[in-house]
Amino acid sequence: MKTSHVKSTAITPESIEAAGAVAPLAVAEYAVGLGDDALILAQRLGEWIANAPELEEDVALGNIGLDQLGHARSLLTYAASAWGKTEDDLAYFRTEPEFRNRQLFELPNGDFAQTIARQFIASVYFVSLYRALEGSADPTLAAIAAKAVKEVDYHLDHSVQWLLRLGLGTEVSHERMQRGLDAMWPFTGELFSPDPLAVGLEGIAVDPETLREQFDATTARWIAEAGLTIPAAPSVRGGGRGGSHTEYLGPLLAELQVLARAHPGATW
Amino acid sequence: MADGTSVDDEAGAARFAQLLADEQRVEPTDWMPEGYRKTLVRQISQHAHSEIIGMQPEGNWITRAPSLKRKAILMAKVQDEAGHGLYLYSAAQTLGTDRDTMFEQLITGKAKYSSIFNYTTPTWADMGSIGWLVDGAAICNQVPLCRASYGPYARAMVRICKEESFHQRQGFEILLTLMRGTEEQRAMAQESVNRWYAPALMMFGPPDDDSPNSKQSMAWNIKRFSNDDLRQRFVDMLVPQAEILGVTLPDPAIKWNEERGHYDFGDLDWAEFHEVLAGRGPANSIRVARRRQAHEDGAWVREAARAYADARADERLAS
Amino acid sequence: MTSPGESGGRETWPLWEVFVRSSRGLSHVHAGSLHAPDEIMAVRNARDLYTRRAEGVSIWVVPASAITASDPDARGAFFESPQGKEYRHATYYTESDSVPHL
Repeated sequence: MKTSHVKSTAITPESIEAAGAVAPLAVAEYAVGLGDDALILAQRLGEWIANAPELEEDVALGNIGLDQLGHARSLLTYAASAWGKTEDDLAYFRTEPEFRNRQLFELPNGDFAQTIARQFIASVYFVSLYRALEGSADPTLAAIAAKAVKEVDYHLDHSVQWLLRLGLGTEVSHERMQRGLDAMWPFTGELFSPDPLAVGLEGIAVDPETLREQFDATTARWIAEAGLTIPAAPSVRGGGRGGSHTEYLGPLLAELQVLARAHPGATW
Repeated sequence: MADGTSVDDEAGAARFAQLLADEQRVEPTDWMPEGYRKTLVRQISQHAHSEIIGMQPEGNWITRAPSLKRKAILMAKVQDEAGHGLYLYSAAQTLGTDRDTMFEQLITGKAKYSSIFNYTTPTWADMGSIGWLVDGAAICNQVPLCRASYGPYARAMVRICKEESFHQRQGFEILLTLMRGTEEQRAMAQESVNRWYAPALMMFGPPDDDSPNSKQSMAWNIKRFSNDDLRQRFVDMLVPQAEILGVTLPDPAIKWNEERGHYDFGDLDWAEFHEVLAGRGPANSIRVARRRQAHEDGAWVREAARAYADARADERLAS
Repeated sequence: MTSPGESGGRETWPLWEVFVRSSRGLSHVHAGSLHAPDEIMAVRNARDLYTRRAEGVSIWVVPASAITASDPDARGAFFESPQGKEYRHATYYTESDSVPHL
């Protein structure tokens, strides 16, 4: 009888480096945008560790942060290959306007409800993004997306569970959850605005506008189920993909980069 | 009976003594002496508190870790510490004190925890020193606890030891990388080792002749080796590791003793130990206040989840 | 009696016992416990807490209060009966020791 062994084929920054794939320049620039989204969100989630409402939630938020950091590392490692650089060159030695993340991800954590609101919006977006990206003609991007999609599915489930509990729990939690949504909602529009880094990459990059319909349907369903209201606030101008950011990214990067920049060229 | 013990207690006590004599495990529903139960609740909950408070000195560096790989490792490690705290609270809870109560004792400053976490972590090299020295000492302490007589404690320790083996290694690697790096990095590593060495040695507790509870804990098969024995074992491991790292251990008295077959080392400043233990360490109040803040900030979240669960349970009853 | 540690509703979130199947074909084995507001969160917390290192392919969670355990005070009598019934074990049958495939 033949026994089959399931070998772990999960893509990692190390396996991308070892495979030696060099990203074409345009693909690299696109991957930087996606990688920055994940990196900045991971940095925000890292701030929660040791501060969560309950110990079990410290562990849960830690897992989500680690997943996001993993996506960032894979995407940035692949992107960096185009310039003969490393993930750390990109993460630690770019200036604020060189960061390409959408603004949603750099917003402060606020209270737990605000963090859940951001995570909910982000997760709905990531699920359809990575599902679409799984079909990318670029094999490395497709492999990164295939690994990520299973993880963001879980992140969505986690944030939906909390959306329901906070939306329907107590008066206080309901109000806080609504306020969290209100604070984050103006930044959803940017997620679906044309991605300047995706131009000319048909079949490789995902056109964000194609994700909007699914996003609207999914968020509307869960927000209603949680007894909450879809905020009516207009979208902010955005522009993260072009290097325009809110006042919140600067301090975040200052913290992220401070040690590495104090020792340029050092190995850690 | 005049001394307040019943016939049941006597039978239980005999069974308990037999279990210990047979090197068997005591399980939650077994009869046990009140002192044994109290000692365990105190020791296991202090251990759990230490894991939880211990998240802070390292969590402090997650946002500033100097490479993304180190950031991921550090996040996973701090997350493990939360997990280990949870395993230990579960073990302690089997003895009849619930976690909410133990946690309340922690955040009101009534409970003790390992004084090592009341030192601060001003440099990145401290992430290396904590892994190599603090986790190293913790593992020395914990491996024998995998054979502690209380079943749930021993089982939690087995899981913890298995998971913690990476903690010490990653710390050693951080220091090794620094020592192979620039002059500034080497200085950072040495300075950090200088600060953590003595406090790490004190983690094994006061010298044996000044450790009033040790004898009883050993008789109960909770503690397997004396404080000084474990400390000696740790120093014997550290000296050759320090040579590989190229760091100098800050104790001029360290010297191989052929006769004893161990390294001699200098006396420790126990006055400082007792100061830190008594709550006068560099970060005692900050560490506890931070956890209390998180707990208070999260109260509305915990209550909301509880209210949601209760409402759903009511709905199911009604339908 | 219920599972040891069950706090009788004193805590904000109740205690759950966690059982993990480490791989297909094996039983679920008790891994530990945790706190969660309800069964949906309990199974998720269990995933995050007890399978961080790929230790499982399936999880059960049970409210600690729902477990019924044998009476600890009756343990001797309760488990006495199998003693003296060695004929339940294959090793009891020594005549056939030398017979192959038996």
